[in-house]
Amino acid sequence: MAAAGAGRVSAEAGEAPEALGPGPVPCALSVNGREVRIEIEPRVTLLRALRHYSDYTGPKEICDRGACGGCTVLLDGKPVASCMMLALDAQGRPITTVEGLARDGKLHPVQEAFKTCDAYQCGYCTPGMLLSTVALLKENPAPSLDEIKRGLEGNLCRCAAYNHIFDAVQMAAKKMSASPAK
Amino acid sequence: MDLLDLMKSSIRAPGRLVNLLTIDELKGIDVDTSGATIGALATLAEIADHPDLARMFPALALAAGHAATPQVRNVATIGGNILQRPRCWYFRMAQYPCLKKGGDTCFAMDGENKYHAIFENSLCAMVHPSNTAVALLALDAVVRTAGSGEIPIRKFFVTPDQDILRESALAEGELVTQLFIPATGARSHYLEFRERQSFDWALVSAAAAAELEGQTLNNARVVLGSVAPIPWRIDLGEIAATDEALDRAADEAVRGATPLAKNKYKVQLARTAIRRSLRELARATE
Repeated sequence: MAAAGAGRVSAEAGEAPEALGPGPVPCALSVNGREVRIEIEPRVTLLRALRHYSDYTGPKEICDRGACGGCTVLLDGKPVASCMMLALDAQGRPITTVEGLARDGKLHPVQEAFKTCDAYQCGYCTPGMLLSTVALLKENPAPSLDEIKRGLEGNLCRCAAYNHIFDAVQMAAKKMSASPAK
Repeated sequence: MDLLDLMKSSIRAPGRLVNLLTIDELKGIDVDTSGATIGALATLAEIADHPDLARMFPALALAAGHAATPQVRNVATIGGNILQRPRCWYFRMAQYPCLKKGGDTCFAMDGENKYHAIFENSLCAMVHPSNTAVALLALDAVVRTAGSGEIPIRKFFVTPDQDILRESALAEGELVTQLFIPATGARSHYLEFRERQSFDWALVSAAAAAELEGQTLNNARVVLGSVAPIPWRIDLGEIAATDEALDRAADEAVRGATPLAKNKYKVQLARTAIRRSLRELARATE
């Protein structure tokens, strides 16, 4: 970043940038490796774009305020609350939803571990839990219990299946470090 | 992100938005011997995970790491964090025409005020919601703007008495571009108390900073969060790093508190936050 940044911004403030909306504008998202082209009003959130303007219903709308983690997707490999960002800001950046975890009909090791450990009851928080876990294990392949809790602190499970979820994360960590995948 | 939240709640309905995310000059973190220059668009995750910031300015890295959740920290910017609007539920509900929305009543005064201010609360009882602001104030940061240039952070936040409709000294259309934290060699620490272990707003937070010389803390200051409409700074000057002296300073600092009906507990939390954060500075001696 340039120390001259402040000056540059004000110097260029006179140029009128292109205004978008309020009507629909084209939006190109890269979801699970596939390009998704939709027409949306600029105010549409990434969550709404995924669920209502295309067919990715894995991310869930629960609180719609970034407080529950149900809408978690990975953006540039990092968990984000898709309800609290505009779809237009996610253009050109890789998005992973829960639909993108399984490969060739085979569940992701994290999904397998959740299944084995019965790490859910109603399952509504599961897509978000899975994605936060995938991101956590990528950054920290052998997390401690405290690190798991911190990594998943943005995902609420109102059925309180937390203990099984933590078991599943530990199981997935062991399996994945034993046979490191792609 | 906060603006989107306010729009969803029908508190704000801007006719036009300007997307700042496309301005690369506002991004990034530079640390050198003079201090840290943090772009307004640096994310809380970048700040929390930055090894130089953690070493030189632990209060800021800790404050950023305590905010919200990974999902939020990966997106939320430091500029947006210090400019968040109040979390007061009367402010956040469109059906309450409170002072902050141009109305004539602070509904928290005689209402549900458990999470509200215990200082500077005679007009409006909001508390400033930013964790990082608390740390930045303890670290004597400077806010750089496209507009007036530089605003010392001590003058950046304004009380309801000064301007009921806004929380910062930014002029209309003025943009925060960078934060600069001077390297002074001061030790610093941040801690907070909250009801839940994860994703919760602080009940009371504290950032402390001081230079340690022998057993004396020089230029000691503590900034409390979630106790006043602005980050609440207490300058203690030179103070012995003993439990007795720190306890006395903490008692003195909260003496002027004016708690409301349901938040007297915050006075005790504030005392404890002051003591613990200062003790941490002293403890860091080998």
